[in-house]
Amino acid sequence: MNNKTLLPYRHVRAEIVAMLSAENLFSVAEAEPTRASYARTLLDIGERNPAVVVLDADVSKSIGTNKFAEKFPERSFNFGIAEQNMFAAAAGMATTGLIPFATTYAVFASLRALDMVRNSIHYPRLNVKIAASHSGITPGPDGVTHQGQEDLSIMRSIANSTVIAPADADTTALAVQAAIAYDGPVYLSFTRDPVPKIFTPDYPFEIGKAVTVRDGSDATIFAIRDLTAHALVAAESLAGRGVDVRVIDCHTLKPLDVKSVLQAAEETGAIVTAENNTFFGGLGSAVAEVLVENHPVPMRRIGVRDTFAESGPYLDLLDKYGLSARHIVTAVEEVLDRKKRVG
Amino acid sequence: MAQVPMSVDELKHMAAAIRCDIIEMICTAKAGHPGGSLSATDIVTALYFRLMRVDPQNPRWPDRDRFILSKGHACPVWYAALAERGFYDKSHLGTLRRLGSILQGHPDMNKVPGIDMTTGSLGHGLSVGIGMALAGRLQKKDYHVWVIIGDGESQEGSIWEAAMAGAKWKLDNLTAILDRNNLQNDFYVDDLMPIEPVADKWRAFGWHVVAIDGHDMAAVVTALEAAKARKGVPTMIIARTIKGKGVSYMENVCEWHGKAPCREEADKALCEIRGDQEVQL
Repeated sequence: MNNKTLLPYRHVRAEIVAMLSAENLFSVAEAEPTRASYARTLLDIGERNPAVVVLDADVSKSIGTNKFAEKFPERSFNFGIAEQNMFAAAAGMATTGLIPFATTYAVFASLRALDMVRNSIHYPRLNVKIAASHSGITPGPDGVTHQGQEDLSIMRSIANSTVIAPADADTTALAVQAAIAYDGPVYLSFTRDPVPKIFTPDYPFEIGKAVTVRDGSDATIFAIRDLTAHALVAAESLAGRGVDVRVIDCHTLKPLDVKSVLQAAEETGAIVTAENNTFFGGLGSAVAEVLVENHPVPMRRIGVRDTFAESGPYLDLLDKYGLSARHIVTAVEEVLDRKKRVG
Repeated sequence: MAQVPMSVDELKHMAAAIRCDIIEMICTAKAGHPGGSLSATDIVTALYFRLMRVDPQNPRWPDRDRFILSKGHACPVWYAALAERGFYDKSHLGTLRRLGSILQGHPDMNKVPGIDMTTGSLGHGLSVGIGMALAGRLQKKDYHVWVIIGDGESQEGSIWEAAMAGAKWKLDNLTAILDRNNLQNDFYVDDLMPIEPVADKWRAFGWHVVAIDGHDMAAVVTALEAAKARKGVPTMIIARTIKGKGVSYMENVCEWHGKAPCREEADKALCEIRGDQEVQL
């Protein structure tokens, strides 16, 4: 893959940079659901690491882990529609040294089976990887019961948790590898919908280290999972008006890269967060907590307000519920305005 | 230290010692769950002093047999058995539920040597055992996984998810034991939310089911040994037990689910347990 990028962008593929101002970026850019990249990465890791086992709950065909089951039938366990049993069994497997990837949708991992996820996985700190697809409000057509709009917030509140939500297919592969190298529970949040492949292979993925993907000095956007692409579009749009915005792909929600947040506050003096997740307790809350206690600056949060969404196409849902690039642009303008007044 | 495996008579002695430990621990802590600890005592004793392959010097030995007390509130019986078996000094028993103690109100596998799984929230342990049994089969290890569940706990839906999975995967390296004492926190299980016909249910789910008197040590040993030997299917041992067994004023009295005896009550209990033991032998 092309490793070239164009300043002020970092680790962003040149062809994506060229498309950022095009209206049809999300229909023409090469795209893949991050769940598919997760499933493909497991196939590769399965060859090299015999301790990796995959647990499913009747959505293996949707997420793609059925391919792991075909290739490694003895290391694949489909529990049926019984998420509680699956997560507790994953805990039992982890006590023996196996590395279970318990795979289902975000709503079921973070809500249906939360008691098992908290008490049998995180409390004993067992080495279970919780792989959750359909995060955010954008398993669009399925509607509210299948939209994991709280998973990041819920998982962040649990002690011993590590919460990762990669922005595109290639960084998903890096996230899965990092999760295996880490000894302890990791929650991995994936998209149902195709999202543009935005990053170059030199993307430096490290758990807990946010990555600056666009330099900028006027304000900073911290974005997570699928909204990182939209933050880049917003930044490009603002650049056209002479506003120079830093964009940070905050792939690890927890542990939050506090240093990166404080540096952005000091150097740019205005912050916007962007997440396809409830704005209670997720990335916006995490960043706000750090700023309030250490370095308050004007801030706005882009996230799902206090509402459930509805069925609909991916981009239309983002737009209706205030998560699109245009909403991020408005939020940046607001914090810049406040920054001027404060300054 | 006690020689294992023990004879049935030696097991009866050990069970009495463990019952005394339980009463002392809960009396000292002024909190805990005596009823369900005493109902499970004979089974836990048979497991640790007759059936299970464990090494107190190496509690996380990969080839060890596993035990999960899914009804984690009855952990005083587990703590006492592990101490008597030599996993740690008995002096820890006096620290139950104290700040800084390894002996939490519900068992923590990272604090206590020999605890194979953290439990407390009901309805998890059998699923955890299924994971351990699947892992043992995958890794070609011959260890056996033992799980005690409660009858009140059997009202949790996840128990039945686990029941389906145990049968699906024909986990003959897994045995479940139902501590059928017919009391839960609020009331009698049979009245509050009946689980009968529970043997038929487990049979219908595909398990081999045997019913025993959970306080008849010879019967307990025989059933556990048969379950371990049976191939091709997991076994459910329905152990009819008495909540508070061994202490007359606690037996079958709902209030003793989660109440600590005062010093006077504890002394009476210790007398009864020791007296019973002498009469029996």
